[in-house]
Amino acid sequence: MRIICPFCGERELGEFTYLGDAKPQRPAADAGEDAVYDYVYLRDNIAGVMSEHWYHGGGCRAWLKVTRNTLTHEISAVEPTAGAGAAKVGA
Amino acid sequence: MVAGAQTHRLANGGVIDRSTSLSFRFDGKTLLGFQGDTLASALVANGVKLVGRSFKYHRPRGVLTAGSEEPNALVELRSGARREPNTKATTAELYEGLEAASQNRWPSLNFDVMSVNQLFAPIFVAGFYYKTFMWPAKFWEAIYEPAIRRAAGLGRAAGVSDPDHYDKAWAHCDVVIAGSGPAGLAAALAAGRSGARVILCEEDFVLGGRLLADGGAIDGLPAAEWVARAVAELTALPDVRIMTRTTLFGVYDGGTYGAIERVNDHVPVPPEHQVRQRLWRIVAKRCVVAAGAIERPIVFAGNDTPGVMMASAMRCYINRYAAAPARRIALFTNNEDGWRTAETAIAAGLQVAAVIDARPDVSPAHRSLASKGGFPVLHGSVSAVDGGKTGVRKISVALTGGARAEVEADGLAVSGGWNPAVGLTSYHRGRPKWRDDIAAFVPDGAPPGMVAAGAANGAFGLGACLREGFEAGAAAARDAGRGGNIGSMPVADDEAFSLTPLWHVAGKGKAFVDQQHDVTASDVELAQREGFQSVEHLKRYTTLGMATDQGKTSNVAGLAIMAAVSGKSIPETGTTIYRPPYVPVAIGAFAGHHRDENFHATRLTPSHHWAAEQGAVFVDTGLWKRAQWYPHAGEKDWLESVTREVKAVRSGVGFCDVSTLGKIDVHGPDAGAFLDRVYINAFSSLAVGKARYGLMLREDGIVYDDGTTSRLAEDHYFLTTTTAKAGLVMQHLEFCRQVLFPELDVQLTSVSDQWAQFSIAGPSARKLLQQIVDESEDLSNEGFPFMGAREVKLRGGLKARLFRISFSGEMAFEISVPARYGEAMARNLMIAGKPFGVTPYGTEALGVMRIEKGHVAGPELNGTTTAGDLGLGKMMSTKKHFIGRVMAGREALTAPNRQVVVGIKPTDKARRLRSGAHIIPKGETPGPDNDQGYVTSVCFSPVLDQWIGLGLVERGRERIGEIVRAHDPLRSEDYDVELCNSVFYDPDGGRQRG
Ligand SMILES: [Zn+2]
Repeated sequence: MRIICPFCGERELGEFTYLGDAKPQRPAADAGEDAVYDYVYLRDNIAGVMSEHWYHGGGCRAWLKVTRNTLTHEISAVEPTAGAGAAKVGA
Repeated sequence: MVAGAQTHRLANGGVIDRSTSLSFRFDGKTLLGFQGDTLASALVANGVKLVGRSFKYHRPRGVLTAGSEEPNALVELRSGARREPNTKATTAELYEGLEAASQNRWPSLNFDVMSVNQLFAPIFVAGFYYKTFMWPAKFWEAIYEPAIRRAAGLGRAAGVSDPDHYDKAWAHCDVVIAGSGPAGLAAALAAGRSGARVILCEEDFVLGGRLLADGGAIDGLPAAEWVARAVAELTALPDVRIMTRTTLFGVYDGGTYGAIERVNDHVPVPPEHQVRQRLWRIVAKRCVVAAGAIERPIVFAGNDTPGVMMASAMRCYINRYAAAPARRIALFTNNEDGWRTAETAIAAGLQVAAVIDARPDVSPAHRSLASKGGFPVLHGSVSAVDGGKTGVRKISVALTGGARAEVEADGLAVSGGWNPAVGLTSYHRGRPKWRDDIAAFVPDGAPPGMVAAGAANGAFGLGACLREGFEAGAAAARDAGRGGNIGSMPVADDEAFSLTPLWHVAGKGKAFVDQQHDVTASDVELAQREGFQSVEHLKRYTTLGMATDQGKTSNVAGLAIMAAVSGKSIPETGTTIYRPPYVPVAIGAFAGHHRDENFHATRLTPSHHWAAEQGAVFVDTGLWKRAQWYPHAGEKDWLESVTREVKAVRSGVGFCDVSTLGKIDVHGPDAGAFLDRVYINAFSSLAVGKARYGLMLREDGIVYDDGTTSRLAEDHYFLTTTTAKAGLVMQHLEFCRQVLFPELDVQLTSVSDQWAQFSIAGPSARKLLQQIVDESEDLSNEGFPFMGAREVKLRGGLKARLFRISFSGEMAFEISVPARYGEAMARNLMIAGKPFGVTPYGTEALGVMRIEKGHVAGPELNGTTTAGDLGLGKMMSTKKHFIGRVMAGREALTAPNRQVVVGIKPTDKARRLRSGAHIIPKGETPGPDNDQGYVTSVCFSPVLDQWIGLGLVERGRERIGEIVRAHDPLRSEDYDVELCNSVFYDPDGGRQRG
């Protein structure tokens, strides 16, 4: 499998680490135990197109959001996560 | 021994170099062949018919094919450590001095004791393992398995380490082409001319594919001449790479292809510094599969007799190798193409005994060939073969009208039609589709970017192969963005094609479908009767197609017989799933150089070479090699060395390379806020110039990692992780920064490899450091108190980072210098420390001192413990939110009866404590119900002069002073221990602050 890193270009699978479903959003600090429980333990396991987190540890160390079909391994999109990339200038 | 004569070598022809004679040994007998031979063709040229014994029945077997589909002619090639079992004689190139031995026979190929298996054949039917050896259970290991292992099986492995090297490599191109027959060469010409970067893989050592055996005319030239011109043109193109002896064996996601290059299989021993084989991963935008087709047998009684050979293979031996498999050849065919073998035999001056054609009609051209050649054409089928280990003698024919005939011949060529090589196109769970007109499966689509052309696509004519190959090559280059002039397409005529499907001729005697696994037609029929209706079940029950040849000659015939007995059509019966690799690939090639000491990368600490000079004993911790202890002359064991090192630190000063800790620089205005969220304790409140111990949780509330973090400036922290988690913590923190908290302005830089870090510990640590740092630096308790952290100038001007932190419990510092100064620092510490009796110490002494001090480490941070379990619950801030906080509050993670860290010491001071021992209440019988925890870390404490340890024990902290049992069933030990305070040494911490 090959992933096109937005920063490094097309690279081989071995440079990346898989985390899993990119859908769950970390609840706010005061969201309560149930919300955190869902976030920590509940994951979709989709046979088909899925949004996933991948880490380019063998390259730029960016966390990426990869849209992948789990049946065909076809990757239709790769985006940087919100905080990936260069330092925020003037932030 | 006198070399045998090449009795079956033809006087003329062949793609062999008759001026280079090669001597080789087969089963100890010396024979001669020529450069350009395979082992199989050389055996054929020497009139050798019997080359091996079969897997189950030990039946005599000969050469069936001339390619990588060979099921029978498997040998042990080479000897000693290089002995390679199950090597196909049909693809093994002959070289001077080649040694080969036949397999699966005892004591000799001609006289094989185990061939009595044939007499017991009824018990070796389909599923015989499942049926026969089910009980009694104890018989399995004692009797059945050893007996079966002796009787069945193939070659013997070398049994010793492979002395050769293997390599792995990447290649990138626009178009990769599998096969260099007419379709492959035409594809390469079109793609190459258009300017595409092309890799052409050919598993043979000569280019041309079937053209080498069948010839023909292309663009008005003899095939050999056309091939030579095409290869010359391709070689001249700068971006075309031709790789012979290279099989494209698999296709993986994203246009990645696996190929195995047999770099030095054709020489006795690889030249120095060269590899035996190379595993290629080829990344290509497009792939053209021009892998050709495999001629398929017709299954009839005695079809495994040596001398029965595929018709196309016979042509190959005669035309390519000028070696005659037989002198009087009978041909059994159900199609037009098979007749080419009769033409070839006559052209080579061999006799044709008869052609047995299963079709109702034979073309006028072939009738006149028969009358000119003086041989009969018999309409019907071969029903039996009379012969044995010396080869075919007589062939029985069931004529179409019901009469019988007999043909005397010493060889029988068989053609049942052709099966396109659909492996590569089907590896992504593709199912080939059935084509009635050629009675064969052809690719039905292919993985993205791949297309089949020529015979691999069911286009068997020479003209069609060139057309499809050229068009596929042109399209592939175009898709890859190459638009150069592709020139003109090579042209040839298409041969006539006519085939009447015939899979199995009923008759008496064993008729083999899968010759490598000894699966017969009646096995397939029996499996069907016993209810194994699915082809996947048939395959596993009979082991059809599961041998090293992956059923290349047998699968479709097996399906056809299965379809016939079940009354279904072949497409209804379907195929099994195709899986790579297309040919066997040595595990060594997958490992490449990653074996033995190169199994993984080795990381050396900055002071490694100095430590090695000191005679340090090293231990592998992850990828690192760390000094474990430094033995002195006269010390009787490791414990004596370690105890000396501990005592030296506790009474004077010692130092230890701790560079393996993960080190991360955290920069930015929100650095403090960021650390507050990832650690359970606060860091935004840490004063500049101070260090603090931090604990990190996972989101589920379990402890993840620990370490000290120092604040070097308002917006700059320096964080350390454990050695084991260095990479993972970096990944986790990057996730926090980029995904969870992108609003924070903070950046992380891994500096683990940039800094060499040493712990300098002991009452004289300050005095030693004063010799190292510049005189202007104040190291006094006031100027640099416990948990201080700051940049310092060393004597000579080098900047370093200094931390007053202690893992040993003594007054201690950790000093960081740029990694390239690490070794010099170790040497300087030795010189400057001499007056103070400085002692380098290793990881064992480090461990002893941390256990004496009650510090938790890897055995306690075991992925199940909470901060509370470790006795660090009070560190959990209640004023801020942090990762893991909510889940850490769950009932079960805060239950009062959890197993928590506690000190443990045997009541008998002389007894050795062992980690892993279970803690059981005194007086109770050990069992799962009263197992209250276990010993996690142990050491011999020089301070207490006894073995001590840490453990995770239920309610441990409330039970200080209680005597419990340490129960160790693994070592058959059971003894009393006392639960005690986990801080054995200097519990009020005066020494480290002092
Ligand atoms: Zn990247």
